[in-house]
Amino acid sequence: MSKARTSLSRTTVVHLALIAYTLISVFPVFLTLINSVKSRNAIFRNPMQLPTAETFDLVGYTTVLGQGDFATYFQNSLIVTVVAIALVLLFGAMAAFALSEYRFRGNTLMGLYLALGIMIPIRLGTVAILQGMVATGLVNTLTALVLVYTAQGIPLAVFILSEFMKTVSDDLKNAGRIDGLSEYAIFFRLVLPLVRPAMATVAVFTMIPIWNDLWFPLILAPSEATKTVTLGAQIFIGQFVTNWNAVLAALSLAIFPVLVLYLLFSRQLIRGITSGAVK
Amino acid sequence: MGSLQLQSVRKSFGPVDVLKGIDLDVEDGEFVIFVGPSGCGKSTLLRIIAGLEDTTSGSIRIDGAEVSAVPPARRGIAMVFQSYALYPHLTVKDNMGLGLKQAGTAKAVIEERVRKASAMLSLEKYLDRRPAELSGGQRQRVAIGRAIVREPKLFLFDEPLSNLDAALRVHMRLEIARLHRELKATMIYVTHDQVEAMTLADKIVVLDGGVIQQVGSPMELYNRPANLFVAGFIGSPAMNFVEAARLGDGGAKTLGIRPEHIALSRESGEWEGKVIHVEHLGADTIVYLESDRVGLLTVRLFGEHHYAPGDTVHATPAAGQVHRFGADGRAIH
Ligand SMILES: Nc1ncnc2c1ncn2[C@@H]1O[C@H](COP(=O)(O)OP(=O)(O)OP(=O)(O)O)[C@@H](O)[C@H]1O
Ligand SMILES: [Mg+2]
Repeated sequence: MSKARTSLSRTTVVHLALIAYTLISVFPVFLTLINSVKSRNAIFRNPMQLPTAETFDLVGYTTVLGQGDFATYFQNSLIVTVVAIALVLLFGAMAAFALSEYRFRGNTLMGLYLALGIMIPIRLGTVAILQGMVATGLVNTLTALVLVYTAQGIPLAVFILSEFMKTVSDDLKNAGRIDGLSEYAIFFRLVLPLVRPAMATVAVFTMIPIWNDLWFPLILAPSEATKTVTLGAQIFIGQFVTNWNAVLAALSLAIFPVLVLYLLFSRQLIRGITSGAVK
Repeated sequence: MGSLQLQSVRKSFGPVDVLKGIDLDVEDGEFVIFVGPSGCGKSTLLRIIAGLEDTTSGSIRIDGAEVSAVPPARRGIAMVFQSYALYPHLTVKDNMGLGLKQAGTAKAVIEERVRKASAMLSLEKYLDRRPAELSGGQRQRVAIGRAIVREPKLFLFDEPLSNLDAALRVHMRLEIARLHRELKATMIYVTHDQVEAMTLADKIVVLDGGVIQQVGSPMELYNRPANLFVAGFIGSPAMNFVEAARLGDGGAKTLGIRPEHIALSRESGEWEGKVIHVEHLGADTIVYLESDRVGLLTVRLFGEHHYAPGDTVHATPAAGQVHRFGADGRAIH
């Protein structure tokens, strides 16, 4: 009986802690959302207040959507993020498979070399990257961003995925080899489905920094046609006047695509965990 | 069809020599069992035969054809793993059929073979389930079914029953013996279980330290072990070893007597000793005794016997059942 009570109080404590954490992390998002539908005066006077009948104002959204190019910015952000995630997952998983599955000379060294990228920020190489992009004529293209983000995401992907791939049973892969599956088929059809939860984790960790990045879009692709949402929202932040309505509206809109992507991946994550692999 | 020849097969992982020159002939239709202590290279040898591992040197012939450079899928072999290794996302039917499908076999043929194999293993009811929805024994039957449908020249089993509980193991053992009779295929089987080895094998291969210690029928190994290692490894409880000098046998270094070849008596016998422990197994009674003359002895008596620790008893080895080993560990006949 006492055991039941302890576990009840323990779950209460755990839940309180989790709820507190949720509130803290959701609060800024909540603030952004409510203020994005308030008039300018209301934002400054009562930032914490929920929008009321008088203060409700969609001017931010009309400005942003009226700007016309915002659809393009969204599209650019989505293209860059989705393509970069796909490439990171594909090449990261392939490299991880090679490193964890095959014995070859320089295996460990190669693993360390790839892990180095986790520790050294890619921004240190900005000048060289820019020079490279100029030389190849890729400045102001989405390709430039995709390439940079792919490079940025691969080290972590290789690191996480190779650990997971080591846990996939050798017998299963060997059974595939005896059944005549090629190494590619073993990778795509046996191993990848089993490391799906890890893939989802990697996808989420890769996605957020890409979506939020301001640095590389500003340097590599600042043209009107290639602007991303984060860069696009900057036009409302002036040196002297900032159009807060528009900034908040743009940020609120920017949350949704990434939220959808996140939900997609986390469903995979949960499904992967609950379905369980067969021994 | 289905013979196998290994000639001086060696395998090293870096500086470690795991297999040190294996020569072995397996004839068509034979049931061969590899036994040996953990880490002696049984699985490695099996994987080399399957083509999952390259040899460092040596030749492997299946049906007379050198297969060292042939990929696993084209060696005409099928393998059953200890961990079942079923494809988790495929149904039982697709698990069994995948190998044939990869080889481009016609659909009707696949259906027919899967039907036959599942009838043989009473798996018909489960064909549309996924491995996660099966019990351990059913999974292992699916794994065996997957091997059968390929109609291989050579079946390879790596400790297929060691994940099952005792009762199921006995059942599957009979099942495998029946399969061997029905399919008349060549089978190579790795196990830790003495009973499996003795009951299933036509021929047992005892491995230790990457070297074949002895090859022979179960009874040959039991009655005429070639060296100390085989003598101690085959048979349970293990053979008693006594220094020959203690018994005045100058021609040998060690004498070996199986526990079941010693008679006990309270009145008289060759070696007097004190009982230190008794195990009652119903059909057998195992008596451990300490004797001044020969040291610690294990004695296996049939039926029930009422000895107790502390009793003084006399042990007598059965005539003609004493194994003699020279200084190099080899048997002297
Ligand atoms: N990939 C590998 N790299 C290095 N050493 C290996 C490798 N695979 C096996 N070994 C070594 O080879 C030896 C034999 O291994 P193997 O798996 O064949 O043993 P086994 O006889 O099947 O043992 P068990 O009865 O425990 O299954 C072991 O000492 C093992 O450490
Ligand atoms: Mg093994």
